[in-house]
Amino acid sequence: MNKNLDLILTFMKIGAFTFGGGYAMIPLIQKEVCENKKWLNEKEISDIVAISESTPGPIAINAATFVGYHTAGFPGACIATLGVVLPSFLIISLISLVLTQFQSIKAVRYAFMGIRAAVLALILKALWMMFKSTKKKAISYIIMGISLVLTAFLKIDAVFVIIGCGLFGLLWSMLHRKEQSNGTD
Amino acid sequence: MVLIELFLAFLKIGAFTFGGGYAMIAMIQAEAERHGWLTPEELVDFVALSESTPGPLAVNMATFVGMRTGGIPGAIIATLGIVLPSFIIILIIAKCFEKYRKSKAVGGIMSGLKPAVVGLIAAAFLSVARTVFFSSGISAAVFSTAGFWVFLALFAVTAVLAFKKVHPIKIILLSAVIGIGAGYGLGL
Repeated sequence: MNKNLDLILTFMKIGAFTFGGGYAMIPLIQKEVCENKKWLNEKEISDIVAISESTPGPIAINAATFVGYHTAGFPGACIATLGVVLPSFLIISLISLVLTQFQSIKAVRYAFMGIRAAVLALILKALWMMFKSTKKKAISYIIMGISLVLTAFLKIDAVFVIIGCGLFGLLWSMLHRKEQSNGTD
Repeated sequence: MVLIELFLAFLKIGAFTFGGGYAMIAMIQAEAERHGWLTPEELVDFVALSESTPGPLAVNMATFVGMRTGGIPGAIIATLGIVLPSFIIILIIAKCFEKYRKSKAVGGIMSGLKPAVVGLIAAAFLSVARTVFFSSGISAAVFSTAGFWVFLALFAVTAVLAFKKVHPIKIILLSAVIGIGAGYGLGL
């Protein structure tokens, strides 16, 4: 099969059959890209996961761009990324078109009142998972608190919070390393 | 004009969202509030629908907000905006993957970013909690309504299910059924 066609079909399949996004997509990406198509090996997939943690944006996009680029250069990167986005785009556009009509139905409005409570629970879960994966240090807790207060109460743009905390982390780790190397001398 | 605003807003969100879709809720809300694109309720509904449909949460959310604000061109522009930063960054580091991954500077930046993301998700939690429980303002009267306690109980139950790793779609469906029951039962 034509390589580009193969890329777009494979990534459309990944986009169409993974719910919840993020890490839920890894097993399917792994199965398609490593086992079925042999575009990447297991180590390269785990590298992508690691990289996705430290680059912005959805992990599925990162993986699609990387696999496409490795398999067929820049056009491949474009095609694979388009493939993974397309199913979401089509499905959401359709739902969005009918949603306004459905929302005038009383039962649908009630359903969404219940669903909102569930979304709050899902956010709490995401919060806990993220909290668990953070290093258990006093400085981490301080950054968490500051970031919460700045965004939730002082309404500071989250972008500045992200940039500020990133820079602070960089400086802190540089100072810390210097201390450590002084200590061992 | 709306299209340019949409593109820039989602470009910014795409470039500064670390740690998955939930971290971007606070950012989308800030942008939506600033431009008057969505009500807080609509945003929470979009999160639920994005979780119940396939594909990355971030892409689904971008398509939703774009579609609602600027129709099909809006949906295309917002989706393009959220995808572009990831796409460009991966193309740049695709060649020096290993070096980037082991870089001490990246490690240092991430040690500050990760806890910041926890703070952002906590902020999203607070604002969604406000939308769910205090949509008509925070006052003592809210605590005497049956609706408040029903939805608080529903939140507690769904939180337990979420922590027990029940699939989000099942949790959302269950809460929809309970929502309908409570709505008619209490005559909300």
